[in-house]
Amino acid sequence: MLSFDQLFKTYADGTRALSAITLDVRQGEIVALLGGSGCGKTTLLRLVAGLDRPSAGAIRLDGEVIAEPRADVGVIFQEPRLFPWLGVAENVGFGLSHLSRFEREGLVTNALVRVGLGGYEKRWPRELSGGQQQRVAIARALVTRPKLLLMDEPFSALDATTRASLHGHLLALWQESRPTVVMVTHDVEEAVTLADRIVVMQPKPGRIFDELDNPLARPRDRLSPAFEAAKREALRALDRSLRDEAPRQEKAAETAGMWW
Amino acid sequence: MSVLDIEAAAEQLVARPATGRPRYGLAIAGFVLPVLLAIIWEVLVASGIANGRLMPPPSVVGRTLWQLSASGELLTHAGATLWRVGAGFGLGALAGTLFGAVTGALPFARSLLDPTLQALRAIPSIAWVPLFILWLGIFEASKVALIAVGVFFPVYLGVAAAIQGIDRKIVEVGRVFRLSRLAMVRRVLLPAILPSWITSLRAGLGLGFMFVVAAEIMGASEGLGYLLVDGQQLGRPDTIIAAIISFAVLGKLADGLLVAITRPFLTWQDTARDKL
Ligand SMILES: Nc1ncnc2c1ncn2[C@@H]1O[C@H](COP(=O)(O)OP(=O)(O)OP(=O)(O)O)[C@@H](O)[C@H]1O
Ligand SMILES: [Mg+2]
Repeated sequence: MLSFDQLFKTYADGTRALSAITLDVRQGEIVALLGGSGCGKTTLLRLVAGLDRPSAGAIRLDGEVIAEPRADVGVIFQEPRLFPWLGVAENVGFGLSHLSRFEREGLVTNALVRVGLGGYEKRWPRELSGGQQQRVAIARALVTRPKLLLMDEPFSALDATTRASLHGHLLALWQESRPTVVMVTHDVEEAVTLADRIVVMQPKPGRIFDELDNPLARPRDRLSPAFEAAKREALRALDRSLRDEAPRQEKAAETAGMWW
Repeated sequence: MSVLDIEAAAEQLVARPATGRPRYGLAIAGFVLPVLLAIIWEVLVASGIANGRLMPPPSVVGRTLWQLSASGELLTHAGATLWRVGAGFGLGALAGTLFGAVTGALPFARSLLDPTLQALRAIPSIAWVPLFILWLGIFEASKVALIAVGVFFPVYLGVAAAIQGIDRKIVEVGRVFRLSRLAMVRRVLLPAILPSWITSLRAGLGLGFMFVVAAEIMGASEGLGYLLVDGQQLGRPDTIIAAIISFAVLGKLADGLLVAITRPFLTWQDTARDKL
């Protein structure tokens, strides 16, 4: 389980990027962080990844405080961030150097097939389209079977079709090993498609504004009225967060202890 | 999902276009002008329209080149020059890489060393010659030192800039995978600076050849630069041109060798260039 306990982050220049973040994420849950620009989503994710240190408070994964990157946490960045000097297969197998070559190749081939890139092992990253590169990055993060997967707007640079098919890939992969997932997104539809819970954030200082449970069962039909309703609810929460209103009454009582 | 599969299948069906073919044609095109000029000059001199005394025609230069190589002289001179360039390049490249790495990686070392090195760089390297001769004598050591100085600066600047220019984002991926300090250097930092390093080595090698000429003109008993001076003193422009051609060929060969040795490490870049 992943838990945030009164987490603060103030940058050296005085920017209060995060303030009193308290949140519990269950094992195997998919949580989407939704919110306007500059509300601290990336900052939060970097703290979980161990790439930055919080100013106060702590993040615990299964009781252990996260202070540096962990082997059982996978990260997918907004850009693919592939190593241009490594082929596709070596990129995917980058975190598997402790395994024998044989084992590694097996896992890499399998991971590439799962993101729809079987047969691309020998390509260079530059020979791939943006969407293909991002799929390689997904394969690279998932091939180590992380317990916790962090994604910072992983699909934001992609077109709608590619994005939808990657959602499918991601969910299929998630169903295999059920990692806990924390993902940042700007896209309400993406959040409703993927997440069990949507956490809406607000800027200055970055804080949690509202939490929405997603009642939809999987697989989710984007065209169903229930999906539309869930999307509308999330949009409304996002709108209110941007207009700086109070969250819905009943929710406010529930989450009160969490953010003030 | 099916969309992706079709896309993948389609991409594999498309054969890679054969690049490179038209380039050979273009490379040959580059020979047209010099060959044409050479032929014209040859004809002009042969027909007596032009006097070939100061600018000997290709046939005379060719004969001189042939005589020099048949007698083994050319080999001796080229060997001496190559040895000097090799030694100077080795020393200069090594020092440039080390200093570049240190100042690129450690801000403290940068503020300590870089201003001094930049100031030294402002000195035209040939100006060192009298000092080097005083310090190291007129034989090999002063020549090698001059070449090393010439090679040092481009390599130093290239390596330092490459290290500072390493993409922080890609280093972060290394951190996410918990690379040790050593593994980070070996698996991320070194490959990341390799292209600029090789470029700076090539620039350094070019300067090495420039400075070997200077060093050998200043006083040597062998070497292609000596051949230049010898040709001047004996009034033999054909010898001078033969030496110039030998310099060009040696320089080109050395650069080609460097490129060939390093090519396997840069295939990932070549593919990018082919695609553009
Ligand atoms: N390294 C930094 N130094 C100082 N301030 C920073 C730094 N990184 C982010 N900030 C500030 O912290 C706040 C939160 O930034 P963050 O990148 O976490 O936002 P975000 O929610 O990810 O925004 P976006 O949706 O635009 O990506 C912003 O006001 C930003 O300017
Ligand atoms: Mg962000």
